[in-house]
Amino acid sequence: MIMEISAEGVRSGDERIIARVISQVENQRQQVFPLLKELYRSTELAYLVGITGPPGSGKSTLVEKLVLSWTAEEEKVAVIAIDPSSEFSGGALLGDRIRMGKISTEKNVFIRSMATRGYLGGLNPAIFDTVVVLSAAGYQKVVIETVGVGQNEIDIVRLADTTLVVTVPEAGDEIQTFKAGLMEAGDIFVLNKADQPTASRMGLILKQMLEMNDSENHSSDNSDWEVPIVKTVGTEGEGIEELRRAVMQHRDFLSRSQKERYNRSRVIRNHVVHLMEEFLRNHYIDPLLESPVFQEILAGISARKTDPYTAVEQLLKSFNKEQGKHEN
Amino acid sequence: MDELRDYYQDWLENRLKPTVDNFGSRQEEFSTASDIELKALYTPLDTKEIDYLDKLNFPGQQPFTRGVYPTMYRSRFWTMRQYAGFGTARETNKRYRYLLDQGQTGLSVAFDLPTQIGYDSDHDLARGEVGRVGVAIDTLADMETLFDRIPLDKVSTSMTINSPAAVLLAMYVAVAEKQGVARKKLAGTVQNDILKEYIARGTYIFPPEPSLKLVTDIFEFCSQELPRWNSISISGYHIREAGSDAVQELAFTLANGIEYVKSALKIGLKVDDFAPRLSFFFNAQMNFFEEIAKFRAARRLWAEIMRDRFQAQQDKSCMLRFHTQTAGAALTAQQPENNIIRVAYQALAAALGGTQSLHTNSFDEALGLPTEKSVKIALRTQQVLAQETGIADVIDPLGGSYLIESLTEELVARARDYLAEVEELGGMAEAIKAGFVQREIQETAYEMQRDIEEQREIVVGVNKYQEEDREIGDILKVDPELEKSQRRSLEEVRSRRDDQQVTEHIETIRAAAQQEENLMYPILEAVRDYVSVGEICGVLREEFGEYQTHHF
Amino acid sequence: MSADNIKVLIAKPGLDGHDRGAKVIARGLKEAGMEVVYTGLRQTPEQIVKAAVQEDVDVIGLSILSGAHGELFPVIMDKLTESGRNDVLVLAGGTIPDDDHQKLKDIGIREIFKPGTSIGKIVDFIRQEMDE
Repeated sequence: MIMEISAEGVRSGDERIIARVISQVENQRQQVFPLLKELYRSTELAYLVGITGPPGSGKSTLVEKLVLSWTAEEEKVAVIAIDPSSEFSGGALLGDRIRMGKISTEKNVFIRSMATRGYLGGLNPAIFDTVVVLSAAGYQKVVIETVGVGQNEIDIVRLADTTLVVTVPEAGDEIQTFKAGLMEAGDIFVLNKADQPTASRMGLILKQMLEMNDSENHSSDNSDWEVPIVKTVGTEGEGIEELRRAVMQHRDFLSRSQKERYNRSRVIRNHVVHLMEEFLRNHYIDPLLESPVFQEILAGISARKTDPYTAVEQLLKSFNKEQGKHEN
Repeated sequence: MDELRDYYQDWLENRLKPTVDNFGSRQEEFSTASDIELKALYTPLDTKEIDYLDKLNFPGQQPFTRGVYPTMYRSRFWTMRQYAGFGTARETNKRYRYLLDQGQTGLSVAFDLPTQIGYDSDHDLARGEVGRVGVAIDTLADMETLFDRIPLDKVSTSMTINSPAAVLLAMYVAVAEKQGVARKKLAGTVQNDILKEYIARGTYIFPPEPSLKLVTDIFEFCSQELPRWNSISISGYHIREAGSDAVQELAFTLANGIEYVKSALKIGLKVDDFAPRLSFFFNAQMNFFEEIAKFRAARRLWAEIMRDRFQAQQDKSCMLRFHTQTAGAALTAQQPENNIIRVAYQALAAALGGTQSLHTNSFDEALGLPTEKSVKIALRTQQVLAQETGIADVIDPLGGSYLIESLTEELVARARDYLAEVEELGGMAEAIKAGFVQREIQETAYEMQRDIEEQREIVVGVNKYQEEDREIGDILKVDPELEKSQRRSLEEVRSRRDDQQVTEHIETIRAAAQQEENLMYPILEAVRDYVSVGEICGVLREEFGEYQTHHF
Repeated sequence: MSADNIKVLIAKPGLDGHDRGAKVIARGLKEAGMEVVYTGLRQTPEQIVKAAVQEDVDVIGLSILSGAHGELFPVIMDKLTESGRNDVLVLAGGTIPDDDHQKLKDIGIREIFKPGTSIGKIVDFIRQEMDE
C-alpha cells in the first residue's frame, strides 16, 4: 500500500495511516521516533480515561456505552484495548473487539487492540506513544482498557487522567484481594451489575475499603477528591449518565486543583524513564547478552576469576566509552 | 468374590504381565475420549457394587438405565429421521416427500440462518444466507408450501428452531388448522433449547432471561394444547460438536434441563404437567463403548434428578427420551467415503444406547450440503442396521457387560461432579453468563486438536494413511437466484396483507411481552394473518434487547 | 518480519454460529507467537474490513460454514481494496466446496484450508508468506 506516513497524514485522521503508525510504534520503534518527536511538540494530549477490573465485570459494555455517550456529542474517541502477551510464546489473544459491540463500526471511534508484550518493568512504552499518535489524529478522548487487577494493569491505568475501577457484586470477598495500588489508582469506582441482590452488600464493603484507604493515605493523589462509587447496569444502560457525569466532575476537579498538571508530569516522567530503559536495553544490554565477551565474563564469574560486582563496574565503564562514540 | 479377586490378581501378574513384557503394548495407557482410563479387562469385580434394581432395573422402569419402554425395538424400530431443508419451501417439500417415499418415518426441518436468527429474507444481514443451510421461512405462506400434501396427522415433525421457536411452532399449528388436523393429533418436537445456543450453536437473539420466559411459554402452550408434542429438545449434540467430551456433553445437557425445569416451576407450572414432554438430543461420536454408556448414564441421571430433586410423581416425567445424530465433527473432508463407515459405527452405538430416533449424517457434509444420493446412503445405513444385523431384537443387549456397566457408573459420577460445580455457580444461566461452560468446552476442543496434531489420536485419512487430495465436485448447489425469488414472494405476501391489522398484531405482541403474558397466543394470532418471522422477532428485539457474547 | 510481530484477524462473516474452528485456530496461532484479534460471530464485511484497517493486521482468516462465502467474500475483498488494504494476506476455512476454491483464489484469497487442516500447516503457511 502506498501511504504517506507523515505528521500531516496522521493529523488528517486517515485511519489507515494512524493504524500503520501505531504498528510502527509497536514494531519499528527506532524508525518512528522522528515522527513522534514532530507529533508530540505540536499536539495537545487527549483526555485519558483508564478502565480496569476483573474479567467478566462488564468493562467493555461500560466502555461501549460511555463512548457512545461521548460520540453523541460529536467527540472523536479512541479505545486502546490491552490484553496480556503469553510469557511462553509471546503471542496474544486480543478478544476485546468482540465485546465492544456497536462502537466497532462508529464513524468517530477508533479501536486498537494491543498486547502487553512483557516489558521489563511492566509497562509497554508503545502504549503512551500510541496515545500521542491518537491525540495528534484528533481524538479528544482516549480510553485505555485492561483486563485484570494485577500490577501491570495498575501501571497501565495510571497513565490515565481519570481511572475507573470496575467491580461486580459477585466479586464478593475477592475485592479484599485487590491490590492496594488499585484502590489508590481508582478515581471512580464502578459497581456494575448493580441490579443483583447482593449489590448493596458489595457497595457497603467497597465504601468501607475506600474509607480505610483514604484515612491511610492522606498524601495520595486523591486527597481532596472524594472517590465516588457509581452503580451501573451496563447491559441496560443504567447509571451510564451518572458515570459520564462523574468522569466530567473528576476532570473539572483535576483542572481546578492543578492535579491535572501534576498527573501529567508524573506520567511524562515515567515515560522518559521507560524510554531510557528501552534505549539502554536495545543499545547496550541486549547486544551485550549475545556477545562472546559476555559469555567470557560469565565463565569468569563461575570460575571465581572475577565476581559479579567487578564485572558490572567494568561493563558500565565500557558503556561509557561507547556512549562517547555515539556522541561523535 | 474374594476367590475371584485372587484368580484375577494371578492372571494379571502371571499371565498378562509377562505377555505384555514380551510383545509390548500399543500404548502405555488406554483411555476413552473423555479420558476415562481403561483397564485391559473388566470382570464381575468391576460391577459387584452395582445394585441391579436400584441402578439398572428393567426396561420401562425407573431409573430407566436399560431403556424407557418395556419393549424397545421389539415393537418398532427407532424413528429414522433425516434432518433436511434447503432453498425454498417448494424444493424442501419435494425432498420431504421423496424421503417419506424411501421409508423415512419422521420429518426433521432445517431452517436457514436468517429464519433461525429472526430476520426476514430481505434483511441486510440475510445477504447470501437465504435458503443455504435450511429452508427459508418468512411467513405462513412458506410454511403452507413446506407441508403441502403432507398430512400432519400422519407424520411426526421435528423443527430445529430455538430463539424464534414460538413463531415457527405457531405456524405449524396454523398449517394444521388449514389442513383440518386437530391439535391433539400433532406429533413432533420443537428444539426450543436456547441455553445451548449461548454455549455452542450461536443462533441466539435475546438475552437469557426473556429467552427462558419464551421457552416456558412454549412448555405451557404445549401442556395445554399439544399433548403429543415435545415442547423442547434439550440438546447435547451441539455442545459436543463445539468440542466437548462425552462427560461434558452429558453434564451440561442435563444442567440445561435442570435450568428449564426450574424456570417452568418459577412461572407456576406443575412438574408432572410439562416434564413428560421434555425430550433430549445427543451426539453419537466415535468412541464406541463410551457413547453407549453415555446414553445409559443420561437416562439414569435424569430419572434420579426428576424424582429426587423435583419430586416428579409420574414415571413419564422421569423418562429421558432422546434423538441422536451422528457426529458432524467426526466427518472428514479427506477421503470422504470413509465417513460412511464412521457413520455406521456411530449409528450402531446410538441403537445399542436405546435412542428413540436417529439421524445419520451424509458422507459429504464436511464439504457442503449433501446430495440426494449421499442422503439416501445415510438413510440406508440405518435400514441395514435395523433390518439385517439383528441388534434390535434384544433390549439393551450390552446391559450386564462388565465394561459397559462400569463405564456407565463412571460417567454418572463424573457428570455429577460437573453438575455440582454448575450448582455452585448459581445454575446454568449464571454459569453461561460467567463463561464457565464455554471455557471448559474450548479447553477440551483445543486439547483434542493438539492430540490429533501430535498423533496421540488417529483420524484415518487425516493424520494417518493420507492420500493426495482430490476434488469432490458432486455437491448440492443452492441456486443463487433463490434469494431473489424468496424476497419477491415475501414482497407479494406483504402487499396482500392488511397493514393496519399487521400493526395491531405487532402492538398486541409488544404489550404481551411487556406484561410478561404467554406470547404463544398473540403470536399464533399474528402468524395466521401472515405477520412474518422478522416482524415478530423485530418487536421482541425492541422489547427484550439483543444478547451480545462477551466471552472468548 | 519475525513471527512475533505477525498480527492476525480471525473473523466470522455470515450468520452461522460454529466458531469451534475459529477459536481453536486463534488459540493455536497465539501459541505460535502471533497476536490474534478475534471478532466474534455474525460480522458484516464492513465490520471485518474496519477491524482489519484499524488493527493494521498482516493476515485475515475468514471462517465460514454457512455457505454464504460466494456472496460475502467478494464484498470483503472489494472493501479491502477500497480501503487500500489489498496487501493483507487473506485465508479462508470452514465448509467451502472444492468447486468454489478457484473462484475465491481468483478474487485474491490466497489459500482455502479444509476441515482437518492442522494448525501447524497454517502457521507454516503464514510464516512463509510473511517472509516473502
